[in-house]
Amino acid sequence: MTREIMNPDIRKVIILGSSALKIGEAGEFDYSGSQAIKALKEEGIETILINPNIATIQTSDHLADEVYFLPVNPYFVERVIEKEKPDGLLLSFGGQTALNCGLQLDELGILEKHNVKVLGTPIATIMDTEDRDLFVQRLNEVNAKSARSKAAETVEEAVEIASEIGYPVIIRIAFALGGLGSGVCFNEDELRKLASKALSHTTQILVEEYLQGWKEVEYEVVRDRYDNCITVCNMENFDPMGIHTGESIVVAPSQTLTNREYHLLREVAIRVIRHLGIVGECNIQYALDPKTEDYRIIEVNARLSRSSALASKATGYPLAFVAAKLALGYGLHELANSITKVTKAFFEPALDYVVVKVPRWDLKKFRKVSRRLGSGMKSVGEVMAIGRSFEEAFQKALRMLEIGAMGLVGNENFQFESVEKELNQPTEERAFAIARGFEEGMSVEKIYELSHIDPWFLNKIKHVVDLEKELLAANPIPAELLLRAKRAGFADRQIAALTGATQKAIRDLRHEYDIRPWMRQIDTLGAEYPAQTNYLYLSYHAQEDDVYFPEAETVIILGSGAYRIGSSVEFDWCCVNAGKTLAAMGYRTIMLNYNPETVSTDYDEFDLLFFDEISEENVLEIYERLNAMGVIVSMGGQIPNNLALKLYQNGVTILGTSPEKIDNAEDRRKFSSLLDQLGVDQPEWKELSTLEEAKTFAREVGYPVLVRPSYVLSGAAMAVALNDDELSRYLAAAARISSEYPIVMSKFLENAKEIEMDAVAHNGQIVAHAISEHVENAGVHSGDATLVLPPQRTYLETIRRIRQITRQIAGALEINGPFNIQFIAKNNEVKVIECNLRASRSFPFVSKTLRQNFIDLATRVIMDKEIVPLKNDMFDLNYVGVKAPQFSFTRLEGADPTLGVEMASTGEVACLGNDFEEAFLKALISVGFKLPVKNILLSTGSIESKADLLDSCRMLDKFGMKFYATRGTAAFLTDNGIDATVLHWPLDDEQPNTIDYIKEGKIDLVLNIPKSSQQSELTNGYMIRRTAVDYGVPLITNRQVAMRFAEAICHKQLVDLEIKSWNEYK
Amino acid sequence: MSDEQNVKPARLVLEDGSRYEGVSFGGNESVAGEVVFNTGMVGYPETLTDPSYRGQLLVFTYPLIGNYGVPSRQEEEGVASFLESQEIQASAMIVSEYSAVHHHWQAESSLSQWLIENKRPGIQGIDTRALTKKLREKGSMLGKIEFDDDNLAFEDPNQLNLVAEVSIREPRRYGSADKTVILIDCGGKNNILKCLLQRGVSVLRVPWDYDLSNETFDGLMISNGPGDPKMCRKTILQIRQTIDRKIPTFGICLGHQLLALAAGANTFKLKYGHRSQNQPVIQTGTNRCLVTSQNHGFAVDNQTLPVDWTAWFNNLNDGTNEGIRHVSGPFMSVQFHPEATPGPVDAGFLFDEFISMLS
Repeated sequence: MTREIMNPDIRKVIILGSSALKIGEAGEFDYSGSQAIKALKEEGIETILINPNIATIQTSDHLADEVYFLPVNPYFVERVIEKEKPDGLLLSFGGQTALNCGLQLDELGILEKHNVKVLGTPIATIMDTEDRDLFVQRLNEVNAKSARSKAAETVEEAVEIASEIGYPVIIRIAFALGGLGSGVCFNEDELRKLASKALSHTTQILVEEYLQGWKEVEYEVVRDRYDNCITVCNMENFDPMGIHTGESIVVAPSQTLTNREYHLLREVAIRVIRHLGIVGECNIQYALDPKTEDYRIIEVNARLSRSSALASKATGYPLAFVAAKLALGYGLHELANSITKVTKAFFEPALDYVVVKVPRWDLKKFRKVSRRLGSGMKSVGEVMAIGRSFEEAFQKALRMLEIGAMGLVGNENFQFESVEKELNQPTEERAFAIARGFEEGMSVEKIYELSHIDPWFLNKIKHVVDLEKELLAANPIPAELLLRAKRAGFADRQIAALTGATQKAIRDLRHEYDIRPWMRQIDTLGAEYPAQTNYLYLSYHAQEDDVYFPEAETVIILGSGAYRIGSSVEFDWCCVNAGKTLAAMGYRTIMLNYNPETVSTDYDEFDLLFFDEISEENVLEIYERLNAMGVIVSMGGQIPNNLALKLYQNGVTILGTSPEKIDNAEDRRKFSSLLDQLGVDQPEWKELSTLEEAKTFAREVGYPVLVRPSYVLSGAAMAVALNDDELSRYLAAAARISSEYPIVMSKFLENAKEIEMDAVAHNGQIVAHAISEHVENAGVHSGDATLVLPPQRTYLETIRRIRQITRQIAGALEINGPFNIQFIAKNNEVKVIECNLRASRSFPFVSKTLRQNFIDLATRVIMDKEIVPLKNDMFDLNYVGVKAPQFSFTRLEGADPTLGVEMASTGEVACLGNDFEEAFLKALISVGFKLPVKNILLSTGSIESKADLLDSCRMLDKFGMKFYATRGTAAFLTDNGIDATVLHWPLDDEQPNTIDYIKEGKIDLVLNIPKSSQQSELTNGYMIRRTAVDYGVPLITNRQVAMRFAEAICHKQLVDLEIKSWNEYK
Repeated sequence: MSDEQNVKPARLVLEDGSRYEGVSFGGNESVAGEVVFNTGMVGYPETLTDPSYRGQLLVFTYPLIGNYGVPSRQEEEGVASFLESQEIQASAMIVSEYSAVHHHWQAESSLSQWLIENKRPGIQGIDTRALTKKLREKGSMLGKIEFDDDNLAFEDPNQLNLVAEVSIREPRRYGSADKTVILIDCGGKNNILKCLLQRGVSVLRVPWDYDLSNETFDGLMISNGPGDPKMCRKTILQIRQTIDRKIPTFGICLGHQLLALAAGANTFKLKYGHRSQNQPVIQTGTNRCLVTSQNHGFAVDNQTLPVDWTAWFNNLNDGTNEGIRHVSGPFMSVQFHPEATPGPVDAGFLFDEFISMLS
């Protein structure tokens, strides 16, 4: 490879990140952005990153030269351009957020004004792919087929087009990530409804022929400036057209396509991408008729995407890295294949395994949301499994989801009222319904008819069900059958569950038969050339390992698994940092993880990467085979944490805090009695197994109470009950209560502060700590709370007591590594709510805000190295960090956008400011708030809440805000001398109506404080909240956030928010 | 759609003595030959019917084979519509997992049925990756697939004149266009013929040793084929004469090696050959790269090219020769397969270039 700088004019480049993780835009952009930064650094180019997602690896101090934790929008990006004066801008590594921002910058003339060049795919090409009419025109120019469709700007136009094309039709929105607002309409009624909603987000929608039952196939295409073009990977959706590709189970490479079909689509892809003039990476999606060779191009994404991250992990081809190099002007043949090192980047990987991606949903966490899968995306993460057979990969993938599945069969959960309905109107559990269908004797033909899933896939599932029957009939299981079952992806514990044996008995039998998984390498060339990189998976379809490596002190780090609500990129940051520290100390590092959206699964981050299940079975096999010195379970969140004790009981050395101590913190009874011994206060709680007991306890401690069932039927796992009625209703509808499934109930404290302690201890002594306070009062899940560091509104006495209790607990549990304790405080009375002996969600936030890497320190502690305790200068900071949640309610049709004890946010941002208000506003703008605010719709709930917010309203009134309010709130305001225009409740059906005002864009901010967090019926409040979300109007539902926001916008304007890089906060 | 469970054990034995136990899914006839691997992920029907695989036991590194069955064997003018020749050419198939159930609208039968019809063994349950690594390290090896107590001798197909076995017996004319291209059939894939006919010429397809001196024609196409090019002395002589007559000539794969030999260059056997659909080549002196389909065990030695010939394409992976071109005359050839099937169609433009050379 040539080392000269390709383009000497490009010395400084800004990369736009994708901001907070949200549905449709998740961790994949941390991976692609990080790779792009590495690629630029290798060229000696100064790299500036704008991304408020503080938990990402790309915002680490070892990557970009400067990081701005600022909103990715034209206003802030222009300010950074003015300040940094870059030569170039990279738009394609930060998802749709970055791409849309780039298009706006161009449209506003900002790029031209500052003479900034867009590197890689030109803006004109991006426009061609984003504007449907232009796109179709460009496709027609090279005789490439697209779905018959037309753009409409009004509902009437849409109806007219649909009658031309014929129903069913699908509605799509231009410039949308993850298919937002799209859907299938079978008649005019449905079309009118969807079109009017979609047109509220955008000026243009597309009405398109609906290709029901067609196969969905995509290709990842790379092109350089010499017009060299390759397709790195093709992928086939298990689910037919109609289900968004982000919601689909995806298989790579395609399984049911012949050579003719594969290369027909590949040739069209290359023809189209050349014609469009992409430079870098893009993705092209097709529909393919299952009964002819007819096809349609669905779309081209002229940027790195979720699919490209998947393709990258599926093939080992570093797409983002290569795309960044191509943007600088390299040709594909001038870049090395970084896996083999001896071949070039101009080639198409040959796989000798099959990859299955399954999305991860969290739909049960939301009230009122529709679980039906369709053309909009709702999943929050994904898993990828690798095997040498489809069954092996697929069953692994289903277990990786961590939704209680053992695989396709052997599951206790996943009950269906009607298997037929589930197949015909699929939800996230459809794969289990297929297996159930076969168990009940349905034929492949019947299931195909209902689901339109290709019979090849269905037959593979049938094969698993057939094996299940064989396993059930065998006693004992012969070696030959056990081997076949393992090759079809059955886990030991799955076979155990089916046959009534223990997992250990199955493992022992397997070892007795000498059936073990083999370590296989991903090498991009089907073993044709020797590979240098240790990117591995396990398979039973093998007879030897691909890798042998010398004895060395090897440490296994368990990753965080699929991103889901409550666990995402922050744990990946912890894992990657732990790996870096271990490598610096001279250990060999092994990462075990299966999330394709992560940086930890980049094969150049660890000495060895196992892309496989994080399970007792797998860890034991790898641990024994590699003779590892130990396993770190405290970096990857709850999944590894839950394995600690089981691994320990099987003789595995757990590095860090002892698994028995972890159990003491995890087990509610043990932890509670420890707190009692230490004289530390906690909210009163009890384990109960009948409704009567529950009511008695609730009356004893006084309502409200927090209920945590051990068996959840539907909906959220936790709830707050205000009275007997609510308690009975919740337990009847949502959970089971019995001696087998007891519930845990605790006193719910109102109007209390919640405070987080993130810390590291060495042999029970605290060596680093950070205290953050929540803006919201207790009752909002800590993952949905707005965090402030250092605390601004917490009494010193409270802080003193929190430190004291933390020391006591760390000592008693002999903590050795990272931990987090959540406190609740009211009038200086401090109680402990929870304690986790692992890194927490807020570790990246506190580490980056304090500029003290807690993970680096924790890793040294875990390896028992001498360390220097960090100086505690938390209160000497000259700035404030604020972390704010990102919600994805827009995507979750029907979900009630309120906050409660169950976490609902899908991501977070954090910004720094000279004071709280500055950081707070930056953070809120980063998650979608817009300044300036002029018109506010108020509906402020209970009288207590109204009174609480009165001062804020006065202040806003003084600053000239215009208020609209619902009846009661308006009356309250008028009584207190504040003008407010009355708008009618949604259900009143009278004008002027709240709903219309929101829809018509007359409202800049909706402040709606719900009266109770548990009402689930259709209410006026719900309709206001939902409309705000559906129409993109900022919504505040929490009293404390409302007060702080009111103060902030009265004190500060957009121009007051300083443009400072991370390095400039000292 | 689903095959009868065939659980007859079969074994693969290599010349170094190593044994791989598996299960049959094809014909139960023992066979010996040269073991080679192919890393293509699609196109097993096209691959199996490519006459260049004559005499070879073919390892598929992609682990799932048979998914979409086998298309119709229908013929038009004696040319199979969906396959590269009229029969399975490879001696045997070695896979990790055979898909006992197939599904595709174009499928006429399962792969297993087709193998049985053609009396070709297929063996599954083999660690094809381990096997490929061995072939990569030690080079292509002789091997055999055996059933029951069979004990065959090893047999090196490269010692045989395989071209004579697979070439057409009698000349045959296709189409009636004015311009005629003679296609020397050394075991050519059907799609070479089709690619020519699609471009509006008529084709006279002749046997490998056919005497061209009495024929009038506008261009010569030399097809791919199996084995060692040096076995085809008669063909090389014919090519030399055609060059002397200044008739535009285009060679593919074995045809490329034969043109090189006719020009005076030398060929040699590669350690394990190129058999895949993802071979990257670069046109020398340009930045133009192509992804190509390849299947060859021998290569042209760049060092031996006479002065009036240039290396036209080189392999981006290992630098070996991928094409030659005469500095002034209309003679060219490529080691890869511009006709694809199976594999990428990036190089299809070479047929256009050839056709444009015909006066």
